[in-house]
Amino acid sequence: MAFTTMVGARIRRREDPRLITGRATYVDDVRQVNTCYAAFVRSPHGHAKITSIDVAAAKADPHVAGVWTGDDIHHAHNLKSSLPVAHKMGALGLKTPPHYILALDEVRFVGEAVAVVIADSPYTARDAAEKIVVEYEQLGVVVDPLKAEAGPPFVHEELGTNVAFSMPFKAGDPDAAFAAADVTIKQRIVNQRVAPVPIEPRSMVANWDTGGQQLTIYSATQIPHLLRTQLAVVLQLPENKIRVIAPEVGGGFGAKLNVYAEEALISWVAMQLGRPVKYIETRSECFQAMIHGRDQIDDIEVAATKDGTITALRLKITANLGAYHQLLTPVIPTLTLLMAHGCYRFENIEAEVVGVFTNTMSTDAYRGAGRPEATFFIERAIDMVALKLGLDPVAVRRKNFIANASFPHTTATGLTYDSGDYETTMDKALKAVDYDGLRKQQADLRKQGRFLGIGVSTYVEVCGMGPSAAMPAAGWDSATIRVEPTGSITVLTGVSPHGQGEETTFAQIVADELGVPIDNVTVVHGDTDRVQYGVGTFGSRGTAVGGSALKLAIETIQAKAVKIAAHQWEANPDDVEYKDGKIGVKGDPSKSMTTPEAGFLAFMGDNLPPGLEPGLDATRRFEPPNFVFPFGTHVCVVEVDAQTGEIKIVKYLAVDDCGRLLNPMIVEGQVHGGIAQGLSQALFEEVIYDDNGQLLTGTLMDYAIPHAEQVPHYELDHTVTGTTVNPLGIKGIGEAGTIGSTPAVANAVIDALAPFGVVHIDMPLRPEKLWLAMQPKNGSTK
Amino acid sequence: MIPATFDYVRATSVDDAIRLLGEHGDDAKLLAGGHSLIPMMKLRLAAPAVLIDIGGIPQLDAIDASGGRITIGALAKHAALAASDALKKSAPALWDAANDLGDPQVRNRGTIGGASAHGDPSADYPAVLQALDATFTLTGKNGTRDLKASDFFQGMFETALGAKEVLTKIAFDAAPKSAYVKFHHPASHYAVVGVAAVLTMSGGTIESARIAVTGIGDSAFRASGVESALKGVKPGDADALKAACAGVARSVTARADTFASAAYRTAMADVFAARAVAKAASR
Repeated sequence: MAFTTMVGARIRRREDPRLITGRATYVDDVRQVNTCYAAFVRSPHGHAKITSIDVAAAKADPHVAGVWTGDDIHHAHNLKSSLPVAHKMGALGLKTPPHYILALDEVRFVGEAVAVVIADSPYTARDAAEKIVVEYEQLGVVVDPLKAEAGPPFVHEELGTNVAFSMPFKAGDPDAAFAAADVTIKQRIVNQRVAPVPIEPRSMVANWDTGGQQLTIYSATQIPHLLRTQLAVVLQLPENKIRVIAPEVGGGFGAKLNVYAEEALISWVAMQLGRPVKYIETRSECFQAMIHGRDQIDDIEVAATKDGTITALRLKITANLGAYHQLLTPVIPTLTLLMAHGCYRFENIEAEVVGVFTNTMSTDAYRGAGRPEATFFIERAIDMVALKLGLDPVAVRRKNFIANASFPHTTATGLTYDSGDYETTMDKALKAVDYDGLRKQQADLRKQGRFLGIGVSTYVEVCGMGPSAAMPAAGWDSATIRVEPTGSITVLTGVSPHGQGEETTFAQIVADELGVPIDNVTVVHGDTDRVQYGVGTFGSRGTAVGGSALKLAIETIQAKAVKIAAHQWEANPDDVEYKDGKIGVKGDPSKSMTTPEAGFLAFMGDNLPPGLEPGLDATRRFEPPNFVFPFGTHVCVVEVDAQTGEIKIVKYLAVDDCGRLLNPMIVEGQVHGGIAQGLSQALFEEVIYDDNGQLLTGTLMDYAIPHAEQVPHYELDHTVTGTTVNPLGIKGIGEAGTIGSTPAVANAVIDALAPFGVVHIDMPLRPEKLWLAMQPKNGSTK
Repeated sequence: MIPATFDYVRATSVDDAIRLLGEHGDDAKLLAGGHSLIPMMKLRLAAPAVLIDIGGIPQLDAIDASGGRITIGALAKHAALAASDALKKSAPALWDAANDLGDPQVRNRGTIGGASAHGDPSADYPAVLQALDATFTLTGKNGTRDLKASDFFQGMFETALGAKEVLTKIAFDAAPKSAYVKFHHPASHYAVVGVAAVLTMSGGTIESARIAVTGIGDSAFRASGVESALKGVKPGDADALKAACAGVARSVTARADTFASAAYRTAMADVFAARAVAKAASR
């Protein structure tokens, strides 16, 4: 792109005025006449047989429009009562037990939906739900994935095992590398379960148009089209009779990249009643029944030579899948294996990924989705190797980086990293924080009994998902551009932004390329009846894939507009081109036409080149040839209070590289949010079930997500390394902050405790754990 | 997050509130700022049949912090206490607590009387008001009675407030050398440990101390052993201060949650007691 007044500029988000003045329309703002409301009866047990359900009192309630149980749903002939899971893991013998829309005979986690009540208000629905009496016979519960792997008890008795899949992997000669190693380290690293906690919980309102026989569901989803497809399957309806609308969505973080039982059920109930049915889950239900993230036990062994060169990795990933597969549950831990290399070039890997069922809510994609786990253990491993060898962790990173000259670089796990310049990014970060000065300060403070910790994380992640061949279902995306007769330009994008700012960035691209003011461009998304099929927003793909489709559509528009202009000027189309957003004749500055002018001619249709169709619009799809691999260096400096174990974050600096920056302000916003969530995993967050499967962290009084004062000021910088994977030269940035920050914070805290002989502490790094580690041990001074 | 059905009535005066309490009996609860009661109702952990809103009763939110005896109306909001310069000078421990409590929304709606009457074992005021040796005025059908703070707070969610009484006023002597420090729970921001210290000093030496601790046991408590041990201590002497504060929560059975064990809470009480005393002494 030659003309870049908009692209690259810090344009304020066009979405924000409506959001910050309360004029946006979220699902709960959708008000329809005659709406009724759903309330669910959910399992209070981790694992139990349902012996009876008495719905008589609820049904007799004059406010109640209907009550359904698992039995009712299962026997409804127009409903496929098991939910989908997207995967290409059939060859691994992946076990996919049925996942009913309402529990049938048995419940397998606390919060599993047992019955639904529909009434005339949310209040009467909740009151009526309390009149339903369910009797249970408790069964054996298992929540610990290692115990579940060994089983029984079994979550799904009929499987005779809790292991859903086991995937072995080997590359190179790890045994020889371990035999030849100067040092090895071995560590169990627990990547704890966390909850996504979007401000807007799961929300939906469905309506069945009895005249038109059309279902419309507004849902807070990241994937309106994929949801439509799955609803068509589950509800056994023609897909073109279903309209899914994702209006404003108040945070997704991967948790709304799913097809939930409630979405199918509320739709089906609306069809039965012929009335709009609304369900806005409570925060407590959100903690119980929205997918959780992470929850892996990563057992690692690393071999290295004494100069710090990593030679091999042995890895066992035990992934806690929860009780059922949600849409991508089993796929997530396989991404961890793919990214086990991090930024480093070692060739020898032996690994096993084991997915196990437990009596807990399903895990699935949560910001980073499989990659943070890999980055966490490899970045911890580098620090542990450095500690063991008495080397600076920065030196060990430098020693093992994939060299710039070797990009594109194919890893032993089979990915091809498109581009990278890891050392430049790291050096920029180290210089900005004065790394050597910090190490000196650390040594001085230790003499005073103060414990400063410096954590470095050099991450690379895989995103821009992705080539269809490597995705569980479709990795392309789409864009339509319509030049309207009076010159405004409408963009219909197949991705479904919910905070990522593409209404702004896509308009910036169009404004530059088609030479119109940004205010003339409107970006439409999230409505399957308005927008052509698209895959959605997740995996840091919205701009890398959806924006690339937009770029292709722009090229099609430009090619047609050039033909139209050339015809007016009786010029050879080969001599006509777009320059600085306008159409002109090469070497003849007297001829100029704007895109809206060409669009008007295309609309009038009476003076077009022979054979050229009227109208100026285009729909294009972009199939990415590869993923993209953004990278960066995060540095965190903490001080740990020896009296209490409290952590103070002294400094946080990130240098990220996501290729070209379309809008630096939006990139920074994504990085800020990403760091907050990654840092929060390191320090605060943990979903805890007790041994009976009871959720102990079921409210925001127990489950900590940070308030503003609990996160530090972020200093951000970037480098720009291009990519040829897409025509925009960009990489995703939605998840990079989360992926890079967690190990930076953990490395800093654990580095602070080095004088106490600490090698590793599992997250979340609660003050009590640190305080215990800092207590004098019996028989030794440190 | 959807409460059960309830009726709502507004009291126009304290007498009216007492009358309404008599009328509706044990099914009624008083509503002040609502920031303790309503969350419990939304979780259906509480389901009173009638809420008697006392929030509109005039004059009950007055703060007089200018003289030697400070009086605070039960409906005084946290935000009003936090914004009071007079209180900051005369009883900074209470000012600390009001500033460090909840979030802006909670501080703008919640009241000192409502929070106190709730009797939450991790709340801040029970420690501060015991260290200030505050007097609680309770009004019922037969007139008023005064209770010391240490008699008012009786256990987990238990106070001496009768079912037909209204807490109207809290009063205490000015305590310019006082402070409250708190170890925040990262989720609830209630006190994992909170310690209030009220000192009298002579030169650089503590003459007398009142220390109260919240967040540890079933109820906030006075630490009389530490109060005695602090006599004669120079707060600038960190070792002496630490020694005097040791075991501040020794006599109490500590609670545990997913964030902090009982042993850790007990140990942290010592650290925060020393911090509270040092902060009070510096004022």
